[in-house]
Amino acid sequence: MTDVTAGRGFAASSNDAPALMVRGYWRTVGYRLRYDHVTLFFALVIVLIALSAIFAPLLAPFDPLKTSMAYRLKPVGFRNFLLGTDELGRDMFSRLTYGGRMSLLMGLTPVALATIIGGTLGVVAGFVGGGINMLIMRTIDVFYAFPSVLLAVAISGTMGGGMSNGLIALTLVFIPPLCRIAETATTQVRGLDFVEAARASGAPTRSIIVHHVLGNVLAPVFIYASSLISVAILLAAGLSFLGLGVEPPTPDWGLMLSTLRQAIYVQPYVCALPGLAIFITSLSFNLVSDGLRQAMDVRI
Amino acid sequence: MATAGGNRTSTRPLVEVKDLTVSFNSREATVQAVNGVSFEMAPGEVLCIIGESGSGKSVTLRALMRLLPKRRTVLSGSIRVGDYDIGALTERQLTAVRGSVVSMIFQEPMVALDPVYTVGDQIAETVVRHEGCSQKAAMERAFQLLQVVKVPSPERRLKAYPHELSGGLRQRAMIALALSCRPSLLLADEPTTALDATVQIQVLILLRKLQKELGMGVIFVTHDLGVAAQIADKVAVMYAGRIVEMGSVRDVLLRPSHPYTLGMLASTIRVDRSRDMEIEAIPGSPPDLRRLPPGCSFAPRCRYAESECTASVPTPTAIGAGHMACCFKAGSLTQVVPQAIIA
Amino acid sequence: MKRDASVLRGRPKLDAVPPGDPRDRGGKIQPMLVVNGLRKYFPVRGGLFNRRTGSVRAVDDVSFVVLKGETLGIVGESGCGKSTLARLLMHLIPKDAGELIFDGEGVGEAHGLTLTELRRSMQLVFQDSYSSLNPRLPVEDSIAYGPRVHGMSRAQAKEVARELLEKVGLNPGLFGSRYPHELSGGQKQRVNVARALALSPRMLILDEAVSALDKSIGAQVLNQLRYLKRHFNLTYVFISHDLNVVQYVSDRVLVMYLGQVVEIGPVEAIYTRAKHPYTRALLSSRLSMNPDDRIDEAPLAGDPPNPSNPPSGCRFRTRCPCAEDVCAAKMPTIGTWVDRSSHLAACHMEDATSGHSRAGSAPAAAALDRAIAVPANL
Repeated sequence: MTDVTAGRGFAASSNDAPALMVRGYWRTVGYRLRYDHVTLFFALVIVLIALSAIFAPLLAPFDPLKTSMAYRLKPVGFRNFLLGTDELGRDMFSRLTYGGRMSLLMGLTPVALATIIGGTLGVVAGFVGGGINMLIMRTIDVFYAFPSVLLAVAISGTMGGGMSNGLIALTLVFIPPLCRIAETATTQVRGLDFVEAARASGAPTRSIIVHHVLGNVLAPVFIYASSLISVAILLAAGLSFLGLGVEPPTPDWGLMLSTLRQAIYVQPYVCALPGLAIFITSLSFNLVSDGLRQAMDVRI
Repeated sequence: MATAGGNRTSTRPLVEVKDLTVSFNSREATVQAVNGVSFEMAPGEVLCIIGESGSGKSVTLRALMRLLPKRRTVLSGSIRVGDYDIGALTERQLTAVRGSVVSMIFQEPMVALDPVYTVGDQIAETVVRHEGCSQKAAMERAFQLLQVVKVPSPERRLKAYPHELSGGLRQRAMIALALSCRPSLLLADEPTTALDATVQIQVLILLRKLQKELGMGVIFVTHDLGVAAQIADKVAVMYAGRIVEMGSVRDVLLRPSHPYTLGMLASTIRVDRSRDMEIEAIPGSPPDLRRLPPGCSFAPRCRYAESECTASVPTPTAIGAGHMACCFKAGSLTQVVPQAIIA
Repeated sequence: MKRDASVLRGRPKLDAVPPGDPRDRGGKIQPMLVVNGLRKYFPVRGGLFNRRTGSVRAVDDVSFVVLKGETLGIVGESGCGKSTLARLLMHLIPKDAGELIFDGEGVGEAHGLTLTELRRSMQLVFQDSYSSLNPRLPVEDSIAYGPRVHGMSRAQAKEVARELLEKVGLNPGLFGSRYPHELSGGQKQRVNVARALALSPRMLILDEAVSALDKSIGAQVLNQLRYLKRHFNLTYVFISHDLNVVQYVSDRVLVMYLGQVVEIGPVEAIYTRAKHPYTRALLSSRLSMNPDDRIDEAPLAGDPPNPSNPPSGCRFRTRCPCAEDVCAAKMPTIGTWVDRSSHLAACHMEDATSGHSRAGSAPAAAALDRAIAVPANL
């Protein structure tokens, strides 16, 4: 029974708030994820793809670059070739696992770089406001006006193709949306009361950004970035398909799709495999990022 | 349960709610928002439901129109408004009832009014929908309604968008919209909480006047005892999803019986009392609706609580004609509230 | 920014501050804060190049004094400028004109207080909203942020935070590591108060501190504030739209309307013998708890006029029952403030030389009550 000493009403509030409230933010996120079977399944798929890419040398039964005129375009399960062979007789399974490395690299790296660069630009623009904001955001808008595929092709083509140019092109394509997200989030957070309270306690701008603004801006930025990974994988494959990405004979799904295109009537299932790999990887990242977004949207 | 006013007992109550229970289910927890609420209301009466946040008052109100999210809500008990059994209506019947028999006004008019249509258009749309008249006739009615709710220059305001009106005018526009089809029951969810004091009193007086003229029943949800004193005929006090005290406004505010009502009245600022004394605040805070304490939900904060209070939930005990309280000590705690509180 | 750690050398004591506060510079007679001619206009932008087409006169020539150890209540309805005033006092937004003198020293001037020193002397408690605390920080980190910014070590700041949590009635072991979304409204508000006190200020500005809370929780917080004021020897500026709360906590009250001060005086005088028609209307709009005591006619009709285009002369004249021609021609002045018992109103009826038909005559106040609810023009 509460002790009600007249007037000391405020001290008795320590009895408040039953233990149900003490679960932390991350634990709530974990709790929600635990029951989100779709997200968990596709997260597992991503892990498997990543593992197979990392351990490709151990997993691949054959050398992905070893050609064989005798065993060209063999179907799935032919002799030791688990998934058949391509038009130059190379084992598909080995090429797919090695190709995963390229695709994941070309998918993740541009997004990571763009998050850092675009995120920083966006936070600066959002926090400083005024003329600098206009300068940065209008420049970004110019890039944003181009469709991403065209922009990537244009930049990569102009620079001459190749893997590193492809990476640069993709990074440039992803900087504008990330910058915009970061700027919007920063502008919103900047107007909230607790930022004013931090200013009222005399904190310098740098401290306010680091302690108060960044923590609240990073979440939407990361979630958006994770949803861009699936797009990046598709775009990277597209660039390779057009011959602007990785150069042959390096295994890469987009490139494989391009070269196998002519043989699609001969061995349809084998030729569709790289496309299937791209599809599954991209879809998995998409669904997982969606699931993460829902789980992290924990409000009061 | 006897209704207020002896000569009305022969009239069928406009609203009859029996054992209403509403809970919201999610995987994480089940929130028991409303736990067995029963009340009646005569036609043309104003019932005020008083409660603080988490008391379940807004949920009860929305349950009367079944405005709660379908998937997560579990609703049981019976609700009758006029001739309609709200719980048994299909979606289409419900849409026909909403707006024409039962209407609702909200706390934030900017939320209730569509920002891309003019005020006149919105009112006319409702009229056309429910009464099937022409657009011209509906606009004429909208104009009359704006006059009735005392919006100055109504011809001009008919063509105004909601964001062009001030807060008080928006609230009046929303009231006009709610009254456009002459409902027999008006539900009001804290419509004056966000308004300044001078505008609040205007809106309350207007509502009272309209209610009398149209013979409407009004259920008004608020956390402010002063609002209840100003417009209510009957008052129900809710705590943690249950009605803990109900009766005529004079009974509940001047002769309160339940410890929660007593506590609320005691913690209002008294005009006469020396400013050196502290306010008698009710200690603690409302319970978590996901984990209600056993027995009486108010027991952890109640100064009169004893072992029987946590053992079982108190049932309604009659104290006077039409006055009840859910407390094991009902009747023995009744004190006449000193005049000083109500200066 | 060069941090002045000297003031925070050693742990600040959170024990009761004795009346002879060592930070006191001018003694009891000197006001804690003097506000003179404060003005803030917000530009209204429109047209092709976002040109400034007009101004919202949020705060227009506001002058008043806050005495040491008192609680000054500021009341007004929405649009009167009280929140802007709070931010101007805290130097969170720059002022357009006017001066602010804290305990005898101007702020931001050459020989006066630096902004840093002001921040340690005056703090703001926000209205409890979902945005008043950083949702990503545990509450004790939010409280400890201020002291850390001023040079305190992490361990010391955390200690200060935990002591303050206890002083506001929250068990630090139970609540310190919680996040804001795990607290109820009343608890969050206590944390807001603790955060404001972390820098050991001498004056607190409370901007609608209990308005968003349930009445019973708000009562607890008010009791809390009363205790803290005595314990830390604070001065309060309490801003609210709730007249009953202001009456309870304040020693003197200031009434604002459309960016101007319309009345100022001791609390009993304002609440029993208000001079300005707006104040009287505001007081008559309060709802009583007695169902037999209902208000039949609204004391004031209509809504406040547009703050970007206020009426000429007296801004209240469009809703005032006693408005006359002189009210449109000349803006009334509030008179000269002498001491804590001065009761002044900015109204032509108070000024014997104004030319108003009821000027300077004692029945002015009584006539107001009879004339209520019939506005001059709507």
